Amino acid sequence: MSKNPEFVKFDKVDKSYDGKVLVVKDLQLDIAEGEFITMLGPSGSGKTTCLMMLAGFETPTHGEILLDGNIISNIPPHKRGIGMVFQNYALFPHMTVYENLAFPLRVRKVEKDEIDKKVDKALSMVSLNGFETRMPAQLSGGQQQRVAVARALVFDPAVVLMDEPLGALDKNLRESMQYEIKHIHESIGVTVVYVTHDQSEALTMSNRIAVFNDGKVQQLSNPAELYEKPVNSFVAEFIGENNTFNGEIVDIDKDKCKVKLANSEILANPISVKSKGEKTTVSLRPERALINPSEKMDNMFTGKIEEVIYHGDHTRVRLNLLGSSEFILKVPNSTSNLELKVSQDINIGWNSIDARALDPK
Amino acid sequence: MSSETKQILTTDGIPLEVSLKKAEKKNKIKAFLLVAPLLLFLVITYIFPIGDMFMRSVDDKMITNMLPKTFKAMEKWENLEELPPEEVYRSFYEDYKLLAENQQHGKLGQRLNKEKNGFNTITKKLFRQIKRKKIDESISIKEQINKLHKRWRNVEYWLAIKRTAPPYTVAKYLKGMDMYFDSDGSITQVEEDRRIHRILWLRTLEIAFFVTLFSFFMGYPIAHLLATLPMKYSNLLMICVLLPFWTSLLVRTASWMILLQQQGLVNDFFVMIGLVGDENRPEMMYNKVGTYVAMTQILLPFMVLPLYSVMKTISPSLMRAGKSLGGTPFVAFWKVYFPLTIPGIGAGCLLVFILAIGYYITPALVGGASGTLISNQIAFHMKTTLDWSFASAMGLMLLTGVLVIYWIYNKLVGVDNIKLG
Repeated sequence: MSKNPEFVKFDKVDKSYDGKVLVVKDLQLDIAEGEFITMLGPSGSGKTTCLMMLAGFETPTHGEILLDGNIISNIPPHKRGIGMVFQNYALFPHMTVYENLAFPLRVRKVEKDEIDKKVDKALSMVSLNGFETRMPAQLSGGQQQRVAVARALVFDPAVVLMDEPLGALDKNLRESMQYEIKHIHESIGVTVVYVTHDQSEALTMSNRIAVFNDGKVQQLSNPAELYEKPVNSFVAEFIGENNTFNGEIVDIDKDKCKVKLANSEILANPISVKSKGEKTTVSLRPERALINPSEKMDNMFTGKIEEVIYHGDHTRVRLNLLGSSEFILKVPNSTSNLELKVSQDINIGWNSIDARALDPK
Repeated sequence: MSSETKQILTTDGIPLEVSLKKAEKKNKIKAFLLVAPLLLFLVITYIFPIGDMFMRSVDDKMITNMLPKTFKAMEKWENLEELPPEEVYRSFYEDYKLLAENQQHGKLGQRLNKEKNGFNTITKKLFRQIKRKKIDESISIKEQINKLHKRWRNVEYWLAIKRTAPPYTVAKYLKGMDMYFDSDGSITQVEEDRRIHRILWLRTLEIAFFVTLFSFFMGYPIAHLLATLPMKYSNLLMICVLLPFWTSLLVRTASWMILLQQQGLVNDFFVMIGLVGDENRPEMMYNKVGTYVAMTQILLPFMVLPLYSVMKTISPSLMRAGKSLGGTPFVAFWKVYFPLTIPGIGAGCLLVFILAIGYYITPALVGGASGTLISNQIAFHMKTTLDWSFASAMGLMLLTGVLVIYWIYNKLVGVDNIKLG
């Protein structure tokens, strides 16, 4: 079976609640069949609204949403056949686990034997066999979460939507659930649209990530590209940690540019700058800057240590460098570790290709 | 192991368990003192009056105290088919003479007349004989009394006196159910055309049931709106629900009278739109219709508020989940939302039903003859006939009815499931 690359399609979708502010602006997004796509963004960025429009609880103000080539804007939620996992699970508190899972099958008039089989299969998928007769209130948070996932999958929907499903869990449980959901997705190949504001969750689970801000998709790409090659300074700031320099282009050629800061100049990789005189924000990942680099790098500076914070597997060092005292370094914990002391001067170097000159903040 | 079983001591050497109990005891006393005023208030204003009511309803000591010798003598009266022995006659005569001297004989006559018709005449006859000192105490009293009136020679009249002997009686309760002790002491129903209480009980139940039903059907959508509307609208609606609640009951009932009377606003409106002719305006007051309309309106907030408080706690995402899983809006409502509101429905219905079953002012004012309830009958006996013991008996029957309903409800729904907010 060939995979449809436009299984779910948002076509020029706008959404406004009050007629004054657009929460979603001209959204153009294609989701492939079997893909795990994450909508990532700060709260109020429009990602949950997109999900609600796909589920049918909100209607687009303008534009169409297509599911497998059919326009679904006028189909009510219960006829869309889309599974959904809600933020607070939304398990029916007066039904047992079995009844919760059987609900979508019973409303579809599935035979009793078939229901038993499917419920059993769904429960074994989330390893909750034997919990059929429990009430949701008798389950732990993680178990409730798994029941919610099983319930969204039990009727074999084409698409499953998940609205910050792990938000209420503690950190360890959240991480193990991330892997569990990822594995379920891999084993049954269902299309998953996942909404979260937690970037590490998005990076761990997704095939592709759509970063939302201000009602627009800022960047849509796979996790590695998103982290390594952010296309603008919002994405660079939002995903992972980041050192920034604000300056002005003084010289530019194909893959290198010279950026003038307050009282010095650095070399950077021109991404969204075109010409001399443009303002820019240069973004550099903390782990790409090295202390006393052994090989020659095209940016070499000396900075003064302001603060050293021990993090176990690595040490965070805050430096005063190039007129900014917010420059962060991550030094991995290894046997050849240096003595790092506050107010010590150290040499720092990085390659200009890792310093991305983006749009100004 | 020994360290685990060893008694743990506090720093000043007292065993921990003892010291903990001491501390808890203090807290318990404090808590009790806090509720003590309320408890005392409840005992004085609720438990005592109910106890007193019960005593009144079964009390029949008056006659026991009037004829002490007679009842004692009657204990030896064995063959109940024949007239009592001379000793009973003599004791009755002595008791009656004493009453006559104290001007209490009239009360006895009335009381005995209630037990069996015709007593008033023959006791008065006896009184006149005693007054004129026509009774010779040296010869058989039995013969002299029997000569006075043929009823004295009828054993049924003597049996009637004997029946009044016990100091307590359930006669008032039987009367409340249109029954009485007949001459041979068995429980009998009154004639069919005099069974007014049974009609009233059934009507009370019927009106309470339908008022509850109407309140439920009207209150459920209102409560749902209240729980789901945005704050600014729901506050306004809440005020609309509560405003009548804050208005005097009497004012509201009176305004219904203005609306519902034959020349009232509702009838005027019906005539205006041509629904009814001016000459045959329907009666909407002084009958059941008036009672239904006014009571439903007055009791509606008691249905809305518990429902609202339950609905407020139901997350809107549950309905969404129901729909996204493939349930039509109706299925999602019926299978998901409705079962979750049952605690509120239970609380609201129980509240409205119990209030309706004992409702007084509204049926008294708008009910007329066919819309009055048992509470109106109780008030009638309290104020007009002054038969307090009968009023008490009916009050207690009403209370028992409410407790039975509460018990049934507890069996069906479980009181723990009630949510009042």
